Amino acid sequence: MTAPLLEVRNLRVEFPTRRGTLVALDDVSFSIAHGEVLGVVGESGAGKSMTGAAIIGLLEPPGRIAGGQILLNGRRIDNLPYAELRKLRGREIGAIFQDPLTTLNPLYTVGQQLVETMVTHLPLNPAQARAKAIEWLELVGIPAASQRIDSYPHEFSGGMRQRVVIALALCAEPKLIVADEPTTALDVSIQAQVITLLKSLARDKGTSMMLVTHDMGVIAETADRVAVMYAGRIVEIGAVRNVVLNASHPYSAGLMGSIPPVGRRLERLQQIDGSMPRLSAIPRGCPYNPRCPQVFDRCRMERPELMPARENLAACWLYAEQGVPRHA
Amino acid sequence: MFAFIISRLLQALPVMLTVALLSFAMFAYVGDPVAIMLGQDYTIAQRDQLVADLGLDQPFFVQFAKFVFNAAQGEFGLSYRLSRPVAQLIAERAPATLELALCAAFLALAIGVPMGVYTGLYRNSWLSRFFLTFSLIGVSLPTFLIGILLILTFSVWLGWLPSFGRGDTVNIGGWSTGLLTLSGWKALILPSITLGLFQLTLIMRLVRAEMMEVLRTDYIKFARARGLTNRAVHFGHALKNTLVPVITITGLQLGAIIAFAIVTETVFQWPGMGLLFIQSVGAADIPVMSAYLLLIALMFVTINLIVDLLYYAVDPRLRIGRGKGAH
Repeated sequence: MTAPLLEVRNLRVEFPTRRGTLVALDDVSFSIAHGEVLGVVGESGAGKSMTGAAIIGLLEPPGRIAGGQILLNGRRIDNLPYAELRKLRGREIGAIFQDPLTTLNPLYTVGQQLVETMVTHLPLNPAQARAKAIEWLELVGIPAASQRIDSYPHEFSGGMRQRVVIALALCAEPKLIVADEPTTALDVSIQAQVITLLKSLARDKGTSMMLVTHDMGVIAETADRVAVMYAGRIVEIGAVRNVVLNASHPYSAGLMGSIPPVGRRLERLQQIDGSMPRLSAIPRGCPYNPRCPQVFDRCRMERPELMPARENLAACWLYAEQGVPRHA
Repeated sequence: MFAFIISRLLQALPVMLTVALLSFAMFAYVGDPVAIMLGQDYTIAQRDQLVADLGLDQPFFVQFAKFVFNAAQGEFGLSYRLSRPVAQLIAERAPATLELALCAAFLALAIGVPMGVYTGLYRNSWLSRFFLTFSLIGVSLPTFLIGILLILTFSVWLGWLPSFGRGDTVNIGGWSTGLLTLSGWKALILPSITLGLFQLTLIMRLVRAEMMEVLRTDYIKFARARGLTNRAVHFGHALKNTLVPVITITGLQLGAIIAFAIVTETVFQWPGMGLLFIQSVGAADIPVMSAYLLLIALMFVTINLIVDLLYYAVDPRLRIGRGKGAH
């Protein structure tokens, strides 16, 4: 097996506040292979987007990486000076954000923004970059690209704007895309189109992707592996099939169970009782223990690390002995 | 674009007519021109004759229409105090005020915008804190006090700069400029600082607040994520998005600088329109006062029109139709 493209080791992100330091990400480790799509799911505030932001080095201050390492192609990037990291952004790691209505600068044409990005990273002059920009717009499915290149963002619909954002993220040919809920702000009918486009472009270019979303349908359809996050930690990681159909961690199981089945009427939607703890009040032991239906003493005392659990890795004491559930 | 200008001009018309009505009303309600012109001894016949000559026996609206008609041609009659045409008096004084106002506005922009950008970007550096403290002084000290302090320091103690007047001026086609002589430049420095300091601190604080707002937006985060240089992100993307409010305030303030240069002109005995106005108020010189009022209104209207046109140049979302053309 070759070295992974991205490796995150024991990442810890802290937010110093007036009332003490909040730990937003704790001991997060995962890797993404070349050409692989890793889905990251979890409730709001679980730390999904924070992980993406830490990788591209754009944590909102005062948030900071307090521990661990991020390696891209074996090279540490979490401790690079700002100017060095800047050169990686766009060129090595592209980013796609949630809301296409706000991610494009309203005062510049889409062509200007594409050309600017390419000229910054690639050995192109503006005329060549413009030709490439038209190619990219065609590639992401903007009709009449050679005319639309001089349009401003407000002259595009939301779905079209997200296509432009995808072109912008990919135009300097990065090896990794961090896509932070790329379809959440779009109409359902547009979501599928955009996801299909993103998936096929990533496959054609051999780009790896970290796909942050809370849409399990998108994950099931797009990702190779999936990581489930809860309260700033990864609680389960494994192949998408195994996690979706046969989740090991009680939280993942609850998350999957809350997707309503199609074609069968339910009296009540399945839900996980309670809510995720605030960062300032993460319980001792396993952070999920107050909500867990299978909680036992050890969960309240000791924090579980990721350990083999059936075909996946899960941070759950149920699997403390050779990956066999204790109760089940 | 043309239709837009026409529609704005039509909107400006009622504003100008209202101001014209006010400045016309001054003649009727501030003193009696007939009494002023006749002096102490006159007969009833003389009085009636003068009233008829001046057209004061005609209906109000006819008089007003005449006033507007004349004013539109720059004809405001004679100054009571100096017995010279008002238009001529103002034309003589306007260059001094305009040079002072534009110089002050330039200072305010050229220093205020970079300071605003800096303090917006590096919020916690000691230089930012110093700028903010300094700006508090600029905002809170009254203009006349700043002027007097500057005179005290640079004219009285140090003796570097003149304390009053414009220095030597050169007349170019009826426009007397102080910008071509050394003494003219020297004389311009202190009044410009006095007049521009408040605007400078205002612009700095505005740019700072807008920068902090814009730097939080998604498109700035995305621009960073695309790996653009800091320079491109800060000046190309962030500063440009702060321009619309900055243009608005600068436009309004430019009008204010011209109209309210009165205090600065008085402190420095600057021979501009503001000083003329103050002297006219003292002598109840109504033709000058009413002409000044109209002129200032016209300037505000013109500046606002220019501000609106600049919006179009800056923000494509306001342009009608496709983004091409109106650059």
